[in-house]
Amino acid sequence: MATLLDPRRPPAFCPGCAHERCLHALDRALVQLGLSAGDVVVVSDIGCSGLMDTFFATHAFHGLHGRALTYAAGIKLARPHLHVIVTMGDGGVGIGGAHFLEACRRNLNLSLLILNNFNFGMTGGQFSCTTPPDASTASGFLQGLEKPLDICAVAAAAGAPFVARSTVYQRGLSQLLSDAIAFPGFSVVDIWGPCTGRYAKRNPMRPEDLEEKMAQLPTFRGPIPGNRRPEYGGQYRALSGKKPPMGPTQFCIETDFFPAVDDRREVILAGAAGNRIISAGTLLAHGAVAAGMHVTQKNDHHITVMKGPSVSEIIISPVPVGFTGVECPDAILAVAQEGVLRTEALLGKLLPTARIIAARDLSLPPVSAHTLKVDFSAHGIRRSERALAAVALLARTGDPITVEMLRAAIARTLQGKALEESLNLLARTETISLAP
Amino acid sequence: MGLWFMEGNHAMALGAVHAGCRFFAAYPITPASSLLSSMLQLLPPAGGIVVQAEDEIASIGYCLGASMSGMKVMTATSGPGISLYSENISFAIAGEIPIVIVNVMRQGPSTGAATLGADGDIQFMRWGSSGGLPVIVLAPTDIRDCFALTVHAFNLAERFRCPVFLASNKEIGTTRETVDLNALPKPEVVWRTLHTSGTFLPFAVKEGRDVPEFLPIGGPIPVRQTSSTHGPDGFITNSPREIQAGVERLKRKIESQVESFAFHDFHAVPRARTLLVTYGVTSRAARVALGKLHCTDARPVSLLVLKTLWPVPEQVLLEASRTVDRVLVVEMNLGQYVDEVRRVLCGKRVDFYGRMDGRLITPGEIVEELCRGDSA
Repeated sequence: MATLLDPRRPPAFCPGCAHERCLHALDRALVQLGLSAGDVVVVSDIGCSGLMDTFFATHAFHGLHGRALTYAAGIKLARPHLHVIVTMGDGGVGIGGAHFLEACRRNLNLSLLILNNFNFGMTGGQFSCTTPPDASTASGFLQGLEKPLDICAVAAAAGAPFVARSTVYQRGLSQLLSDAIAFPGFSVVDIWGPCTGRYAKRNPMRPEDLEEKMAQLPTFRGPIPGNRRPEYGGQYRALSGKKPPMGPTQFCIETDFFPAVDDRREVILAGAAGNRIISAGTLLAHGAVAAGMHVTQKNDHHITVMKGPSVSEIIISPVPVGFTGVECPDAILAVAQEGVLRTEALLGKLLPTARIIAARDLSLPPVSAHTLKVDFSAHGIRRSERALAAVALLARTGDPITVEMLRAAIARTLQGKALEESLNLLARTETISLAP
Repeated sequence: MGLWFMEGNHAMALGAVHAGCRFFAAYPITPASSLLSSMLQLLPPAGGIVVQAEDEIASIGYCLGASMSGMKVMTATSGPGISLYSENISFAIAGEIPIVIVNVMRQGPSTGAATLGADGDIQFMRWGSSGGLPVIVLAPTDIRDCFALTVHAFNLAERFRCPVFLASNKEIGTTRETVDLNALPKPEVVWRTLHTSGTFLPFAVKEGRDVPEFLPIGGPIPVRQTSSTHGPDGFITNSPREIQAGVERLKRKIESQVESFAFHDFHAVPRARTLLVTYGVTSRAARVALGKLHCTDARPVSLLVLKTLWPVPEQVLLEASRTVDRVLVVEMNLGQYVDEVRRVLCGKRVDFYGRMDGRLITPGEIVEELCRGDSA
């Protein structure tokens, strides 16, 4: 008789164990589908259900408890033609709950067989997420405190398009497994049976007991019409093929200018969320890179990006930048008080040759640096424009970039309305006096 | 002619694609998230796969499945995610599954400061898996290393069939920097050795070899992978002899070869009596510090920048420190790799300087520390 079981490794389950019935039902299903050993991988995890893969002559992947669905997904995405069968126990569903929900939501074409025997057999019969509260287990009274999980109801709620429940004794089990494997999407079969070694001794588990318990739950026989949808792998391949490839010139900035300075410069843009500090810092950086300068840009902002301080540190250098920290800035552009607070220590260290461009409404500590206070509002410059306006004023000094370099960076980086507004802002800053 | 301006994380993504990586799975975490964005830009158009996982356990799990199916895989996270990777890292070691793991380190412990840098996971990457067997850890110093060491990391993962870490840092991963991609050295790309003839046993090694030949799950010949302690056939073994031979091989295959991948920069200064040892972003401050020092009449100092951290390149350390009588190790933590340096340079004076307050260690601090030692 045809089989995909390994004749050298006969099943080694306890007498009467439900897993052995499952093993043979799965083998019959695979044979019925006409699959050969190389077409199938059995992915298992920990516990007695994790022995399943060792009895098959197919590909096999045995991993960590509850994580089988993750390995299986990696395999299926890499090898779409392969039939990926995942066997887990009720324990694996419990510990791998996030993966179970994700697999249901994702709908990759995997077939999950849950060998549900209501306890952790291998470790001594402790309760699992499916143990009935009135059962007697090695966990004392603990399982009585928890509500057992209806695996099928959860699977259906999470979006699995094929969900079925059966006992190991039901005649049509191999046909059900065959249907599950043939189903073009994620399929879950919750298969109930006794753990004769640990559980059934203290908890009656005749076939009719199982049938009776199962009858108390909603019936699941396969396809869930409401969850039917395209399979993930096929969808992924269809959509990913439409993405345009990134060219080798992405992020490349052509050298169009001669450098405006021949020494290292450190510039800090300090403000608050909403000032577009990082965007303005990036334009400054791009301006310098277009002159062949080496540049680093380190950004710092509050975790909730729409509130709190925002700081961008830019180092411009004729040679590759060594230390990326700013210790003695040549310019600080301060446009909001949050940024001033963040850079207070550096403001105190400024050399007299350094330059500060600050919004007029800010309170600054006493500094010896060359300070330009700007009334942004009087020039119709909005909060969101302040940082770029400050960069434009710095560029008018010709150090570390020129206005032409900034204009070119804007033209290269921005499009549409943003481009128009930024060029317009640049023009408006030209009327601001640079006299302190 | 021009320069590229990008984050270190993006340069790693480019290095991965150059190395042949076509599968990437990750869970978003600061400061590694932009690697996920970069891979999402780069891989799908190249026919590759990017998965945003439900958690970090899953992201490395997806990678292990895809790697055993024959793909080159990478995942990226930060310290909190490495904690969740731990059990699967042990699996990758035991199952000899090639994988590159990027750790963009952030200030810890625990959730820590997500947006501040540190090098606090240096011992964790080495020892954060059950069984204590070796892994490879490479540490980039700048954007150029982000590209080149990523290619090396894939090559080593393929050559040794093991997990290889890239010990990045928020200060490298999310700092934008200029680089000339055309001028970057592009290491030759290595692929795992495939089994071509004879009976296939998934964990058998040929005479004189320590790394088993590979066949993918999904090919015509059935392949077994298992996290359980196994013999050459991939089935559980209880034979103490077979078990011991297996774990010794896993240790030997990496540790005996470290000199062949001991990446480092050694700036030997004549008559130096002090050796400065550092790695990662701190090495940039160290270079500047030495420049400052050489402008003064202070005593000369040599600099060793380690880019292979694990296994410890002991010969490199011994050779670089041969003629000095003081070693100063500087790290962005409270003292981790210094323990390895002390172990290797047993008996030599080894001082430490470090901080883990989220700020870069400055050249000035290093100069001060070097001078302090001179007067001690």
